[in-house]
Amino acid sequence: MNIVVCIKQVPDTTEIKINPETGTLIRDGVPSIMNPDDKGGLEMALMLKDTCNAHVTVITMGPPQAESILREAFAMGVDRAILLTDRRFAGADTLATSHALAGALRTLDFDLIITGRQAIDGDTAQVGPQMAEHLQLPQISYVAGLTCNDSNLLTVKKETEEGYQILEVELPCLLTVLATANKARYMSVQGIMESFDKEMEIWDADKIEVDKEKLGLKGSPTRVKKSFTKAQKGAGEVFEVDAEEAVGIIISKLKEKFIIK
Amino acid sequence: MDKTAYKNVFVFIEQREGIIQSVALELLGKAQDLAQALNEKVVALFAGSGIAAEAQSLIEYGADEIIVMDSPELKYYLTEPYTQALSQAITQFKPGIVLFGATTIGRDLGPRLSARLNTGLTADCTRLEISEEGELMMTRPAFGGNLMATILCSDHRPQMSTVRPGVMQKRERETGRKGSIIPFAAQFDTSKFKVRLIENVKEDKGKVDITEAKILVSGGRGVGSKDNFDKLARLAETLNAQLSASRAVVDSGLVDHDRQVGQTGKTVRPDLYFAFGISGAIQHLAGMEESEFIVAVNKDKYAPIFSVCDLGIVGDVNKIVPLLTERLQP
Repeated sequence: MNIVVCIKQVPDTTEIKINPETGTLIRDGVPSIMNPDDKGGLEMALMLKDTCNAHVTVITMGPPQAESILREAFAMGVDRAILLTDRRFAGADTLATSHALAGALRTLDFDLIITGRQAIDGDTAQVGPQMAEHLQLPQISYVAGLTCNDSNLLTVKKETEEGYQILEVELPCLLTVLATANKARYMSVQGIMESFDKEMEIWDADKIEVDKEKLGLKGSPTRVKKSFTKAQKGAGEVFEVDAEEAVGIIISKLKEKFIIK
Repeated sequence: MDKTAYKNVFVFIEQREGIIQSVALELLGKAQDLAQALNEKVVALFAGSGIAAEAQSLIEYGADEIIVMDSPELKYYLTEPYTQALSQAITQFKPGIVLFGATTIGRDLGPRLSARLNTGLTADCTRLEISEEGELMMTRPAFGGNLMATILCSDHRPQMSTVRPGVMQKRERETGRKGSIIPFAAQFDTSKFKVRLIENVKEDKGKVDITEAKILVSGGRGVGSKDNFDKLARLAETLNAQLSASRAVVDSGLVDHDRQVGQTGKTVRPDLYFAFGISGAIQHLAGMEESEFIVAVNKDKYAPIFSVCDLGIVGDVNKIVPLLTERLQP
């Protein structure tokens, strides 16, 4: 089985702070990491490599420095890694991003495509299903686990708000996977050593099968009109008193506001 | 494209086993504001099997028209049958705007449809407004809630967005409100149906819905042990409230994930929100700052939670909680 896993390099958003004077993001010194849901998807693919002898390719779209997550993927055990990088991809929204990745996938052999459910910088969960549509593949999102029955069918566990569903899907298909689906393996020492000898492939827009009009900013139906940091609402009263008095203040305030009787 | 051909504000009505989900009614409420600003109609896109009887309630919650797609193929949600039905209805009726709940259904269907219809989709919007030019301004958090972005979809139609449950408010039900029902028969290409539902399992976790609670008693890392959470649970019981928690607490396993408030949990807007021992990371604030009245108790007087609360107490949570519970006993 040939599996392609789409991964993304993202800033660790829990480390981002706001400059209180300028109201802008402080991105300096914020570590870049492999997106957590993508890592869950990669682990799922590597488990299939271990059990069913699958061949695993990773692909990422991003600036040249995104190669560090491809090295990490090599060190975790993938067979092939592709960096899709070109200024013509810049400014892409989710739809244009999905066209670029689908364009790359058209040139590859695959039975299964795995993406993370969503990336922590955008939190949209859109690129996976959009790619599935471009490639005319069935999709299952929010995947928490899978078993490989025979060569042409997967049984998939999908998380829902109420519990979960068990679904059966024909290959080829696309799955979007949760970080909580498994615990991703660490890079092995040997893997890290070997990762520097492995060649990653660097592809530009001419290497993929896609209508170039659909790429980058000009292929993006949505545009960011403005961005801003949230206006903090005015702080209320803050008291530094002992517990007895604090409880008195809370109760009288809630009564005053008619929240309790 | 001729944008003037696209009119009216459509809402995808999410139902599960025939039960209309609260987020759909919330979106009908918001759709009324948008339709009023545009001088257009609110139209419900209602898909399912044997659902026709429910349509009247959608009118009473604000729909002017309901497109009913009633078919055995649509009994429960699967990506392809729903995408086929919805894309055909959208192509025929040409809405200016389509709204979806940002649920495991809406976030699966929305992007699939956006690709099939070749239009934009903006995820998890927290604010929707109409600009002076009559465009939909979609505002959403990015970078884990650190930044807000206002997004337009100027040259493609429909303009589509998803909104998380609990973000918009549903209107009061207006009994006897009039509207029209339009049956729509989608044509299915079943050769494209490649996914089969084997089993739908409901776990107990579905029973707690902190987004519906009027009062939330929420605990963070500062609460500490399981014993102390039991104390919070007693306070919640006394107030007839629900217990909720920050991510740190959920990650440590003290409280279930379905009670998590914040960017990766749920968005809540109760009448009263107690934040006990919650420092107020931006990811947490994103999920609760719209609460009507916020009481924060924290040892650290510089905790960011104090900049969004209405009433703050610098003090020891574990002294204050039992005392408060005692004083509130009927």
